[in-house]
Amino acid sequence: MTEELIRAVTLADTPARMVDAVQNLAAARDAAAIPTLIAVFGYNNPAAAAIAAAGLIELGEVAVPQLLEQIDDYNYGARAYSIRTLAAIADPRALDVLITIAATDFAPTVRRAAAKGLGNLHWHQLSVPDSQTALTRALSTLLSISQDSDWSIRYAAVVGLQALAKIPELRHPIRARLEEMLASDPEKAVRSRVYLAHSQ
Amino acid sequence: MIEPSTAEYSADNAPQLTPEQAIANLQSSDLSLRYYAAWWLGRFRVNQPEVVDALIAALEDEADRTELGGYPLRRNAARALGKLGDGKAVPSLIKCLECADFYVREAAAESLLMLRAKTAASALIQLLDGGVAAAVQVPGRPHLIQPYEAVLEALGAIKATEAISLIQPFLEHPIPRVQCAAARAMYQLTQDSAYGERLVKVLDSSDLKLRRVALGDLGAIGYLAAAEAIASAKAENSFKLIALKGLLEHQLPEELDNLHVSDDAIRVMNLMDSLL
Repeated sequence: MTEELIRAVTLADTPARMVDAVQNLAAARDAAAIPTLIAVFGYNNPAAAAIAAAGLIELGEVAVPQLLEQIDDYNYGARAYSIRTLAAIADPRALDVLITIAATDFAPTVRRAAAKGLGNLHWHQLSVPDSQTALTRALSTLLSISQDSDWSIRYAAVVGLQALAKIPELRHPIRARLEEMLASDPEKAVRSRVYLAHSQ
Repeated sequence: MIEPSTAEYSADNAPQLTPEQAIANLQSSDLSLRYYAAWWLGRFRVNQPEVVDALIAALEDEADRTELGGYPLRRNAARALGKLGDGKAVPSLIKCLECADFYVREAAAESLLMLRAKTAASALIQLLDGGVAAAVQVPGRPHLIQPYEAVLEALGAIKATEAISLIQPFLEHPIPRVQCAAARAMYQLTQDSAYGERLVKVLDSSDLKLRRVALGDLGAIGYLAAAEAIASAKAENSFKLIALKGLLEHQLPEELDNLHVSDDAIRVMNLMDSLL
């Protein structure tokens, strides 16, 4: 059954047929569909990619290992979908990938997705010493990219930091950094986002 | 190629220069070093009086010519002066609007917009001479007689309300990008939402490049009613973020230290968050 739906995706010869085929495959909610759904990220069909992402998010943790393995190093559009999907599933196994990408990817759209995702992982799924290290690393990555020269990266860092501030022991360093940004960020749009994070 | 400000690549693969080197290179006997230095000084916003003076001098360069009679160094100098934000360049840029090279005229109009040069109004208006009927393509060239998009956008940005009757006919120009520029200017000059809605309609165009143009225009005019349409437009998130940033900035008070965030501003930021 799922095999037929997978074949329909590989045979789709128009963008509209691709969207339909991906829709049907995602609706099957079958883990066997995971590699095909991930491959759709690289087909340059945003509507189909969005459906594939939603399908993978619905499958959740079972999709995480393959999402992590199949990140496309040569197509930043596809990579952005992978990162947004991992961020939405919020499985802490994505931490290392999110840190690396937030700090070093050349494509801002991918870095923004990783920065937002870094604030929102399900930290409680980690055991205690691990979760301490993980939180410290997520925090220092976000603090570092909150000084990026690209306003949109700083904006995404603020969104990540706001989410991370839900962790009591991180609240203090995050508030200190947000206050710095409120006083010194050159972009009004970034400062207003800091103000919003600050007031929540 | 997308505008550098919206490029998806933040990596700088340019040769390493220092401001001192770039300033020195503006006088180099190697024309390609001059050309590159002019771009570099704008790109890194090296806003020093001697840089502005050197770039103003480069607007009259005669050494660097293309086979078609263009002035590459003047083009880059004109573009850089817009980025440096020094009003001292305005009179020389106004003079560039009469340059024989289309691309110098275009760069000058774009920079006069960035400098919000109100004194440029009559010189810009002159480039609309003959109206839509005269606004045709130059035979064998990829551009129209004048850089109409840049001229219309500049007239809108400097609030040249005396140009309204000359701009309005361009809403019916055969080229959609020119129509967008006219709608953008008309909105800025009249604040009539009908012109903002024209741009919102363009977000449904089947042409991705045109959708990006409309996003840029909506951001530039800060048309708040377009927020949701921008967020759901079929275009790259980076273009949508820049457009929403424009809307957001229009919602924020001028006074920077007294940041009060309105409900509208929060609505725009929530949309921005969803595009990360």
